[in-house]
Amino acid sequence: MHELSIAMSIVEMAQEEAERRGGVQVQIVHLRLGRLSGVVKEALLSSYEMACASTLLEGSQLMIEEVPVEVFCPRCEAPRLVRSIQWFRCPECDTPTSTVIRGKELEVVALEIKE
Amino acid sequence: MNAEPRLVEVRKNVLKQNDVTARALRGRFRDAGVLAVSLVSSPGSGKTAFLEKTLTLLYSRYRVAALVGDLATENDAARLARSQVPVKQIVTGTVCHLDAAMVQHALEGWDLNTLDILFIENVGNLVCPSSYDLGEDLRLVLLSVTEGEDKPLKYPTIFNSADVAVITKIDLAAAVEFDEAAAKRNIQAVRPGMEVFKTSAKTGEGMAEYLEFIERRRVHSRAAAAV
Repeated sequence: MHELSIAMSIVEMAQEEAERRGGVQVQIVHLRLGRLSGVVKEALLSSYEMACASTLLEGSQLMIEEVPVEVFCPRCEAPRLVRSIQWFRCPECDTPTSTVIRGKELEVVALEIKE
Repeated sequence: MNAEPRLVEVRKNVLKQNDVTARALRGRFRDAGVLAVSLVSSPGSGKTAFLEKTLTLLYSRYRVAALVGDLATENDAARLARSQVPVKQIVTGTVCHLDAAMVQHALEGWDLNTLDILFIENVGNLVCPSSYDLGEDLRLVLLSVTEGEDKPLKYPTIFNSADVAVITKIDLAAAVEFDEAAAKRNIQAVRPGMEVFKTSAKTGEGMAEYLEFIERRRVHSRAAAAV
């Protein structure tokens, strides 16, 4: 369970950003989370609430956009979404590939703030 | 004063600090010509026995050292010290993985120029370590024959993040009716093209092939350092 430490980093980043903008109130933190990031969405959501307690972010919400895993198929010479993270093959031509283009994201993309 | 909520763009990687530290470590390893190899696996897969055998076999020809992560004890370091190479324990407390800063801290006072190969044994865990780059050149994922062939399908993220798979305790394969073909198929499903070695730290089976691979990679690291 490393989601709590990840949640604490997210809160810290959002707090720094809020302070930089003169102590604005953060209502929502938007996060992009890749299916291959190694972080579990549900665990992160419950950890987030704990991490927010007694900080400027208390009462804020974490909105997670899950990013599917996209690989590059060498045969089609095109990006493709894998059908499952247990099956790293092109869904069109079945060629195996481990060239991951996206799906490892763990990124704070935006904040909704109130001034 | 505007009372309506406003969206501001941030675009920041949450693990940026770890990635920056890992990149710095990778640069230090490269400059010193050190091959850094990390090991990940579930608890009880034979990681420490495998590492002990590795260190013992490499000790006469290479300057090797190891960092070993553990939640609570220093037992692993004591065991590995029998191989006579420098070993340092990283006790992580409640933290379920190593991160780049822990590795950096553990290396303080070590002159990397006196080393050829550094092994970093992660905490026994197939989930959390996958998110953290440690600056290693190679990540080995270990899978023991007693764990079952479907481990790669249950933990695809860590298998996908690794460079090489090592099947351990192969001496027990017959006793537990280990289906080697199925294990290899599952590894290839989650990480096509991944090299797989099968070893026994107890009998020494397969250790030569695996060590030849490590030595080849070390030659690459040396060549890169010389450029």
